[in-house]
Amino acid sequence: MNVQSPLSKPSFKDFASDQEVRWCPGCGDYAILKAVQKTLFELETKTEETVFVSGIGCAARFPYYLTTYGFHTIHGRAPAIATGIKLANPALDVWVISGDGDALSIGGNHLVHVLRRNVDLQILLFNNEIYGLTKGQYSPTSHVGTRSPSTPGGSLDNPLSAGALALGAGARFYGRSVDTMQKHLPEVLKRAKAHRGAALVEIFQNCIVYNDGVFDHFTDRAVAADRQLLLEDGQPMIFGKERDRGLRLNPKSLELEIVSLASGDTDDSDILRHDVRNRVLAQMLAQMEGPDMPVALGVLYDNPAPSYERQVAAEQADAKAAAPDADIGQLLYDGQTWQVPSQG
Amino acid sequence: MAERVAAPEGAPAKGRVAERRTVESAVVRFAGDSGDGMQLTGDQFTQATALAGNDLATFPDFPAEIRAPVGTTFGVSAFQINFGSRPIKTSGDRVDLLVAMNPAALKVNLQDLNPNALIMLNSGAFNDKALAKAGYATDPRDDGSLEHFRVYEVDMSGLTLEALKDSGLGKKEALRCKNMWALGLIYWIYDRDRSGTIDWLRSKFSQRLDIAEGAVAALNAGHAFGETAELGPDLAAFSVPPAEIPPGTYRNVTGQQALAWGLAAGARAAELAMTFCSYPITPASGLLHAVARLKQFDIRTFQAEDEIAAVCAAIGASYAGAIGVTSSSGPGIALKTEAIGLAIAAEIPLVVVNAQRAGPSTGMPTKTEQSDLYQAVYGRNADSPLVVLAASSPADCFYVAMEAVRLATKYMTPVMLLTDGYIANASEPWRLPDVAALPRFPVAFATDPEGFQPFSRDPVTLARPWAIPGTAGLEHRIGGIERQSGSGNISYDPQNHQDMTNLRAGKIAGIAKDIPLQSLSAGPEEGRVVVVGWGSTFGPISRAVDTLLCEGASVAHVHLRHIWPLPQNLGALLERYDKILVPEMNHGQLITLLRDVFLLPAEGLNKVTGKPFMIAEIEAALRERLE
Repeated sequence: MNVQSPLSKPSFKDFASDQEVRWCPGCGDYAILKAVQKTLFELETKTEETVFVSGIGCAARFPYYLTTYGFHTIHGRAPAIATGIKLANPALDVWVISGDGDALSIGGNHLVHVLRRNVDLQILLFNNEIYGLTKGQYSPTSHVGTRSPSTPGGSLDNPLSAGALALGAGARFYGRSVDTMQKHLPEVLKRAKAHRGAALVEIFQNCIVYNDGVFDHFTDRAVAADRQLLLEDGQPMIFGKERDRGLRLNPKSLELEIVSLASGDTDDSDILRHDVRNRVLAQMLAQMEGPDMPVALGVLYDNPAPSYERQVAAEQADAKAAAPDADIGQLLYDGQTWQVPSQG
Repeated sequence: MAERVAAPEGAPAKGRVAERRTVESAVVRFAGDSGDGMQLTGDQFTQATALAGNDLATFPDFPAEIRAPVGTTFGVSAFQINFGSRPIKTSGDRVDLLVAMNPAALKVNLQDLNPNALIMLNSGAFNDKALAKAGYATDPRDDGSLEHFRVYEVDMSGLTLEALKDSGLGKKEALRCKNMWALGLIYWIYDRDRSGTIDWLRSKFSQRLDIAEGAVAALNAGHAFGETAELGPDLAAFSVPPAEIPPGTYRNVTGQQALAWGLAAGARAAELAMTFCSYPITPASGLLHAVARLKQFDIRTFQAEDEIAAVCAAIGASYAGAIGVTSSSGPGIALKTEAIGLAIAAEIPLVVVNAQRAGPSTGMPTKTEQSDLYQAVYGRNADSPLVVLAASSPADCFYVAMEAVRLATKYMTPVMLLTDGYIANASEPWRLPDVAALPRFPVAFATDPEGFQPFSRDPVTLARPWAIPGTAGLEHRIGGIERQSGSGNISYDPQNHQDMTNLRAGKIAGIAKDIPLQSLSAGPEEGRVVVVGWGSTFGPISRAVDTLLCEGASVAHVHLRHIWPLPQNLGALLERYDKILVPEMNHGQLITLLRDVFLLPAEGLNKVTGKPFMIAEIEAALRERLE
């Protein structure tokens, strides 16, 4: 199973299983797989203590390509199955792999509840704004007007923002990156891993067959620096090829707005500094989108709280400590019982 | 000597009644508004009756509305108990004594009374407004509609207020004690010891001793009323002598209580922790409540966001090495179906409890039915067999739950355990088992990486190994996509799918070798008619067959615990009778299964009124076939 040459130098490839990867050539999932393998390698992950759980969709094949434990389940339900795994064994490191249809459409309810419940999981949402495996229908994150086999005249319904939904549901961690950002993505994944509790990472992933280039407006190399805001905790929010633009809060509209640093019409103190514990700021950053505003990438929100499964385990440990000798006989025979003597 | 010792408070006043008429059994129903505390009253009478040595069976019948408008017929809550000096098999066909706390309670329960039944009615609640709310155009006490019954009117409300006038309780609180007044009177009529109820009230309301003492005073007042009032020759007090019951230690259990304990015992026997995942639904929620109190037994409970999440979390827990259990009722089981298919495909142990209710759709959630047998045996996409078990009585739930855990873990399969609204809520005395003699079936997880394959097979059981995350060297990937036999890798190979389908079917079919041969519950090993039942029809079938056997009829009773796979000898057993009768609280489901498997000419007796069979109904059907 874990086929490796004992002579080779340790590398991220040690986390690749012997199964042939079967995504379309050029699919963004290859890059994400590599970034995850790098992350696991750099964190010196123990494969036996790690479980990857997926739902259904192109992304969901992911667990088969890793040397950890893997469970490819059913459409939308991976967060619920992962919750059960953590309830039974909180010591396991559990990752959920999902797509925009899986996590936000059929499995939307489970995503909301796993986040507000704060189960200690890393949930990777591969968002390509399309249904790939079922051959190209529009998804809950597709922009209005998306032409697809099921919407030949263009889609009519408004897309969902994963970040706004997650933060609204009470998520304690929300991060974002892009499939091809091979330095940035592993760093966000590591931050997600370090967060104790439910950590949602939205990864903008290019579907080369059904939605090619849908994120080009901020991921294309030519425009990236001007259209991306790379967040760092405690640092001023500045972006642009020349790092000549910043974000500030318009106190009248309570909206973020761009300030040109070169024009000299403001001093640095107006520029917002990122604070990963500020939920309101995170919500504004999550809903910021082009073409006028940059897309915020990195860790938008990271504000830990006690995780659900550990509280459940602690409650059960208390019950056990209070009744260390609990046995079935005592359970049955305690309470209102009566004797029927043998007759004769 | 003994006469000088003061009787403890609440002890039966033996000897003060000149004559008590001895009866073999009696059926009493307490009925009132859903806020009148009828379930609690019934529970207390049940405890006192069990302690008096009677055999008994109970059936609570409460409305779906939590607090329906006061005084309406749809807000009536009732509790029925059948008790006697002979073996009691059901909660009773017809009521001998009805306690009616208001006109609505009288109206809805009248149809279930024996001719000449005794009605104790609370005249304090019979006024024009209450009669109108119950839909009475005329007062039934005056219009002749009660002429076939013996009616005793007593102002329970007024007498309770009178008894509690110095209690310090306000009128509203004092009036709420009228159920205890009624209970006190019924205790006197049946010569029951009320000290257990007094102790219980004082412990239950230890934070509100004024309420506790008020309730005790009402109980005592009702009892004293029985002793002192001239009830007339018709309304004589009764004596129901103790039944001849096998020796042992007994307690009363409801089905959901016994099921919770059986699951805990099963997990212990398997040496596993349990993760119990559920979503509230009537009538299954009681099981979640009962299990939530068992955390000291390595049990974690999880109230999920929906039925699907509940079953999925249970599957995840089993995958990680606990025994995952989920419970629901028919509509909830329908939602869980896709995930159950995953557990079948990935071969993961799972116990699914279905407390069946009347359907389809929302149906009648608080009413009982056994119409999910098709769903359990056949109700999934694709060829997806699993194990189906059915409990036949409240106490039987304990043993069936243990069996469910045994089969799920030994064969790496989901097991569907069927109960119903009746079994879940009804209670019966349970002769407690010798715990040391209960079966043990410790699970051995896979640990050896040498040659490990996640979809290899035990040659006897055909089960795959249970290899849980956290085990070094056994890392593997599984899922719902068809797996290569052995390696578990994704496979679309045609022959492999054929082989895996055969294996899944063969594994479940093979369990027939690991379950007891079908035995007879009663009757000769061959003869005229055999009655085949499953689930909660055990009581009425058993009593009907016993009655006919006493008359010398050639009739036998077979009751199935293992619905799928069926016991190996069942077909041959049933062939030894001329006629096969299958009573079911559905439109005919087990009968389809029996015809399907054995091509037997069985006949159905079907009832879907939301109420259990009456003994008389089954008896009549049998007599017809014996003619």
